[in-house]
Amino acid sequence: MEPEGLQSSAAAGHGAPILGPGYTAGTVTDKISAIVLGQRRRRGWFFGFAISFALLMMFLYAVTWLLAVGVGIWGINIPVGWGFAIVNFVWWIGIGHAGTLISAILLLLRQKWRTSINRFAEAMTLFAVACAGMFPLLHMGRPWLAYWMFPYPNTMGTWPQFRSPLVWDVFAVSTYATVSLLFWFVGLIPDLATLRDRARSRIKQVLYGILAMGWRGSAVHWHRYEMASLLLAGLATPLVVSVHTVVSFDFAAAVVPGWHTTIFPPYFVAGAIYSGFAMVMTLSIPIRKFYGLEDFITMRHLENMAKVMLATGLIVAYGYMMETFTAFYSGNTYERFAFVNRMTGPYWMTYWSLILCNIAIPQLMWIKKIRTTVWSLFVISLIVNVGMWLERFVIVVVSLHRDFLPSSWGMYYPTRWDWMTFIGSIGLFLTLLFLFIRYLPVISISEMRVLVEEEEKK
Amino acid sequence: MPQIFRHSTNLISRLSIYGSAFIIAALGYVVYAVSGSSYMTDVNVARDQPVPFSHKHHVGELGVDCRYCHTSVEESSFAGLPPTQTCMTCHSQIWTKAPILEPVRASYRDDKSIEWTRVNALPDFVYFNHSIHVAKGVGCTTCHGPMQEMPLTWAANTLQMSWCLGCHREPEKYVRPKEYVFSVTYEAPANQVELGRKLVKEYKIRSLTDCSTCHR
Repeated sequence: MEPEGLQSSAAAGHGAPILGPGYTAGTVTDKISAIVLGQRRRRGWFFGFAISFALLMMFLYAVTWLLAVGVGIWGINIPVGWGFAIVNFVWWIGIGHAGTLISAILLLLRQKWRTSINRFAEAMTLFAVACAGMFPLLHMGRPWLAYWMFPYPNTMGTWPQFRSPLVWDVFAVSTYATVSLLFWFVGLIPDLATLRDRARSRIKQVLYGILAMGWRGSAVHWHRYEMASLLLAGLATPLVVSVHTVVSFDFAAAVVPGWHTTIFPPYFVAGAIYSGFAMVMTLSIPIRKFYGLEDFITMRHLENMAKVMLATGLIVAYGYMMETFTAFYSGNTYERFAFVNRMTGPYWMTYWSLILCNIAIPQLMWIKKIRTTVWSLFVISLIVNVGMWLERFVIVVVSLHRDFLPSSWGMYYPTRWDWMTFIGSIGLFLTLLFLFIRYLPVISISEMRVLVEEEEKK
Repeated sequence: MPQIFRHSTNLISRLSIYGSAFIIAALGYVVYAVSGSSYMTDVNVARDQPVPFSHKHHVGELGVDCRYCHTSVEESSFAGLPPTQTCMTCHSQIWTKAPILEPVRASYRDDKSIEWTRVNALPDFVYFNHSIHVAKGVGCTTCHGPMQEMPLTWAANTLQMSWCLGCHREPEKYVRPKEYVFSVTYEAPANQVELGRKLVKEYKIRSLTDCSTCHR
């Protein structure tokens, strides 16, 4: 161990440490499991949970009224049949992608710095997919018939329309949810066993014990665990690319100007990872602060995430550019009009705000000082979250409101129910996240122990 | 430290993990079986009526033609329910004192329709036309079953979409020569498919399976 090298943790960069100095396997375990088993800082947690839960109740209220009355309470109508629901769906599902990228692709690429952020990034994926999944269901109007989208022997004598990307979506998103859940759960098993062994109350011992599935930490267990993690990582890796590709097909396979573009799949995937890393940043900065985890989630982590955001943000910027260029170069009147309308039409504000949030402001991260300052990263990550939501708004609503026939043009104005469902879904997300922080280890204890050992060997 | 779980937990956990696959499969089968049962579809369940009208007696034993009562079946989407006057063409002469027919006489006297209980109810979002089916060689009993054997009327088929599509996809399995459309005793010949193909061609029957054929 080289304490001097490790102590210069204020400096970030490639050689900067991914773990604070002076930790042993024991102290790492103590520190992380204390968040779950200890009684410290309960008031702050309860305050955050209460706000999130209140938002969740607002979501419940909005959804109950939606089910009672129908989708007419939203601002959608012809020509804008896809409003906030689809915007939110694409936004949430995109956010989930960073978790899968961190846990699967970075695992296969043996990027050690992922260790301390992968657990809650995966949790974020799961909760984001849960939020995302609700919106197409609610948008259907009759969610109780959602099972019609699955191929099963039915009384109608028909199959779902397999030529429609909307059906592919069902499979893409449900596969994604399943694999993410399994991956997350398998990774949790050794930590659940740690919690089981450290828990004092009988009820916690039994609950964590059931979830730990009899883990004893034998060599056979570890061997199988490593194998299962690798296999699931292999399964999850193509999903990072495929899920948002299929989501982009929902648009690209349609004929609406502004949707019918071949660049959509790669540019959607880049956007998904971009927004996902922004969300990981938004969440990890407060978590590391409130739970004193600065030694585990170091400046090196934040800076690495900032770099990923810079890279994916530039791909997204290239996407915007090529989209516009293709519209001009195609010579197609409708395509050209769609893009001029984006910039100068009734929704010009949303387009230019999106350019500001997604392209202009994040370029500040080129400056090392900004990239290594916690509050500026937090602000930029929030701005990117907003920007990516605006991007989906521009794609969905602005493309639909002016189509081929001027006689069918119209405007879309979100109602308060639209806003309540959207903000309420953030409440659902945060509620799940607070429960996760309170009852499960936010950082993988077992992987951190390995990291400690490797740092010691250096 | 004492053990948290008893030794038997090993067995229980294994059983519940492996067993869940079978339990889920069994649940799926139960849902499938119940949704297709006559408990859900009311197929083959005779309905009570204000007057216990017997198709078995009138059609099977007396040989009254379907169209004597269901007059509009050849011209209209709706086959038509007979007005009380149709009943009274005979029942003003025979069984005039029968207590069982009192609701019919009351209806005639007061000029108020008998409120029959519907047996074959099609959902409102489906368009169906009797006349075209009859004109293309679909017999009454193909859909309505052996009416000449029903003392009280029951639905012989589910009217579920898969059932409709069964014929719309393969009409040759069901069509009969036009002269037998109203025959209740007609039985499909052994060479039905061969005959059916010939009739499909002759009657210019198209296999209409577009959504908008029925959902207009």
